[in-house]
Amino acid sequence: MAVFQLNVNNRSYAVDVDPDTPLLWVLRDELNLTGTKYGCGVAQCGACTVHLNGNPVRSCTLPVAAAKGNITTIEGLSENGDHPVQKAWIELDVAQCGYCQAGQIMTAAALLARKPQPTDADIDTAMAGNICRCGTYKRIRKAIHLAATKGGAR
Amino acid sequence: MKTALTRRDFMKVSTLAGGGLLLSFQTGNALAALLPKDAEVFQPNAFVSISPEGLITIMAPNPEVGQGVKTSLPMLVAEELDADWTMVRVEQAGLDTRNFQRQVAGGSGSVRSSWESFRKAGATARQMLLEAAAQKWGVPVSECITRNGFVIHQPTGKTLNYGALATAASGLEVPQEVKLKDPKDYNLIGRRMVNVDAWNIVTGKMPFGLDTRREGMLTAMVARPTFGKKLKSVDDTRAKQVKGVKQVIVFDNKVAILATNTWAAKKGRDALRLEWEAEGTPESTENYNTAFAELIKNTTQEPKRNDGDVNQALSQADKVLESVFYAPFLPHAPLEPMNFFAHVREDGAELYGPTQTPARTRTEAARVLGLPEEKITVGMSRMGGGFGRRLQADYSVEAARISKLAGVPVLVVWTREDDMQGGYYRPAGMYRYRAALKNNQLTGWHLIAAAANSANASRENSFPAGVVPNFRVDSHNYQSPITVGPWRAPNHNFIAFAEESFLDEIALELGKDPVAFRLELLEQAKTNPVGHVAYDPTRYINVIKTAAEMGNWGQQGVKGIFKGFGAHFSFGTYVAQVADVSVQNGKVKVHKVYCAVDCGRVINLSGAETQIEGGIIDGIGHMLYGEITFKSGEVEQKNFNTYRLIRMPDAPEIEVRFINTNAEPQGLGEPGLPPIGAAVANAIFAATGSRIYRLPVRLPGEHSKRSF
Ligand code: FES
Ligand code: FES
Repeated sequence: MAVFQLNVNNRSYAVDVDPDTPLLWVLRDELNLTGTKYGCGVAQCGACTVHLNGNPVRSCTLPVAAAKGNITTIEGLSENGDHPVQKAWIELDVAQCGYCQAGQIMTAAALLARKPQPTDADIDTAMAGNICRCGTYKRIRKAIHLAATKGGAR
Repeated sequence: MKTALTRRDFMKVSTLAGGGLLLSFQTGNALAALLPKDAEVFQPNAFVSISPEGLITIMAPNPEVGQGVKTSLPMLVAEELDADWTMVRVEQAGLDTRNFQRQVAGGSGSVRSSWESFRKAGATARQMLLEAAAQKWGVPVSECITRNGFVIHQPTGKTLNYGALATAASGLEVPQEVKLKDPKDYNLIGRRMVNVDAWNIVTGKMPFGLDTRREGMLTAMVARPTFGKKLKSVDDTRAKQVKGVKQVIVFDNKVAILATNTWAAKKGRDALRLEWEAEGTPESTENYNTAFAELIKNTTQEPKRNDGDVNQALSQADKVLESVFYAPFLPHAPLEPMNFFAHVREDGAELYGPTQTPARTRTEAARVLGLPEEKITVGMSRMGGGFGRRLQADYSVEAARISKLAGVPVLVVWTREDDMQGGYYRPAGMYRYRAALKNNQLTGWHLIAAAANSANASRENSFPAGVVPNFRVDSHNYQSPITVGPWRAPNHNFIAFAEESFLDEIALELGKDPVAFRLELLEQAKTNPVGHVAYDPTRYINVIKTAAEMGNWGQQGVKGIFKGFGAHFSFGTYVAQVADVSVQNGKVKVHKVYCAVDCGRVINLSGAETQIEGGIIDGIGHMLYGEITFKSGEVEQKNFNTYRLIRMPDAPEIEVRFINTNAEPQGLGEPGLPPIGAAVANAIFAATGSRIYRLPVRLPGEHSKRSF
């Protein structure tokens, strides 16, 4: 065990865990930030996506020892659930079961931050790592375009 | 419209602690709750309460698995209540067989079976609020109306909101007869309503089963056998040394590791040294494929359907077409893996988590725990998908077993690998079709199917049953140690692909346009039906014509893009689809799908549309990529790196149109999926001349690891 300092959603935490513990389980089990989901554990589905210094990363394969920098989870994406991506997601009623959507939203928000007006091809590339088993891809694509018109790049 | 409450309807009104109106409503025999529980016979009902502040709480008794019932069923109550939707709070109910019935997410049946009773519940509450207002004002009820959360006295224009009437209404007698709205007066039904959990979902606040956290809870992972293996020896020395591991429990041919967190449980399990031994010959894909191929050579003693004389039709035919289609095993792979919370005490148990069948969970847990059912509560979390997997109770009962043995509250977590390997798969099967053609007519149709652990692998009454004079279906049950279960649109999910592909083959052989050929057959079903006809040919014809028109069937489209057609009837709903597909360098691309749906009345347009879209995308993904294979009882695809699911770049544009929306509402969670496989496969044939007989699709020249 070892103590790690983490900066998550602009708060500092000290956690005492095994260095090989994936960030995902630290968030979920130690910090009780359960909005970040487990889907595969092998960087294949994107359900566990968080931002590390603004970049989307798969927290299921990122050892806590390597999680250096500012971490943002779905809980910290916006103060009141009013990030343009979140608003677009509600407006277009994207979610079915909803389980993948935190990861989808984090990936989409990172895409828009990098590319404020993404093309369909940009969306295909950026979102290909996020599985939606319910098949909400059509609405996700539409919602990303909508968020772009709402200033999603913020 | 007037609906009399029957004598057997059971109503009760009581005053809430805070003075509000609580109205519980139940149709069917109240005694039914005491009868043996069979998930399929449960009748629905609903709960609504209104606080003096005007907050309306509508209980959602059915499990929410992504199919949208937590939004659509409360809409029915709110519609008849004339509620202000912004004042409605929807709450997930737990298992409550006294007050609710058919708390099941399966068979696309929630709205179908609840349509009437949910509306009655709302209408009853509305009528009592009307009476309470009339009494208050000292005016006749007939002078009062309701609108958007208010009772209005028409002659004077006086208004009272529902909250202000709640206490008075709770003292009134429950009306024996309630008037339901004329559909033309609907304000909510048919509109686009956003999923009631949308905000919680996009902010990460929505708890799923895996997010359950309780005082003193341990997290468990379980080492389970592959199919046909028995636990021979356990060495847990190293597992016990993992920090955080608290208990190791050997039970039921499995080993559970209980730890203070998920990662410790996983490391503990990885550190187990287990020896397994085979019981008999473990199943491999070659075994069952060889067995299927043998079985479909012969008929059975008891055909599932037998109209006319198919042997005679085949022997007298000008031409016999024969095709064999192959369905692989499929996992459900909901994105949230299996998990369940259990806290078993001496005198009772609490179970909580994602389940499509809470009643079955309780019954099976009661048996295993040796507790009476009334001592067990079952709560339902929102589910991260199910697709049929969570109709099983293996994982919830397992959690109960472990909690009992460990003496602590426990959350059992399955990894993705556990989930893929411990499934109740869509059965693999082989389907041999023969068609007799005579005088340019389809005169005979014979299906001989064989599938794993399936008493009936067919849907013997599916079209073209009912239009072919000599029609026979046989189905062989191949016994396998591999566990199987319902998978989104059971049997339909494959036979629609096979039959709609075969119909295209027949149409081409007869020199007919595939859509025109189907319409011609359905016209026959109208005028000259054969035996039992399970579908309404007129509705079938209408969806086919609508989809053909939407998809510009028969017109030259963009160069390089080819069209395919498929239609299917399931769960009361008619669906027809045209797929625009191109094939380049062996890669199939579905550009656009046009889909016409007759599911009767649409409750939530947004929810209905997304179910159909999801079904189409799900169907495309599985036809292109889905396959589970076995080697010596072991699943070969253990995670999403080897088991491929459809992703964003493969998702087509989709256009959905609902027709005939004045009819009774029908199923929606499943019917969108079945036809798409054939629509895409028929387009692939148009593009390449290659007929797809085996799923997932492998085009000639593609490398295949397939053993069949
Ligand atoms: S859980 Fe991390 S990518 Fe699937
Ligand atoms: S909404 Fe269910 S997995 Fe995406």
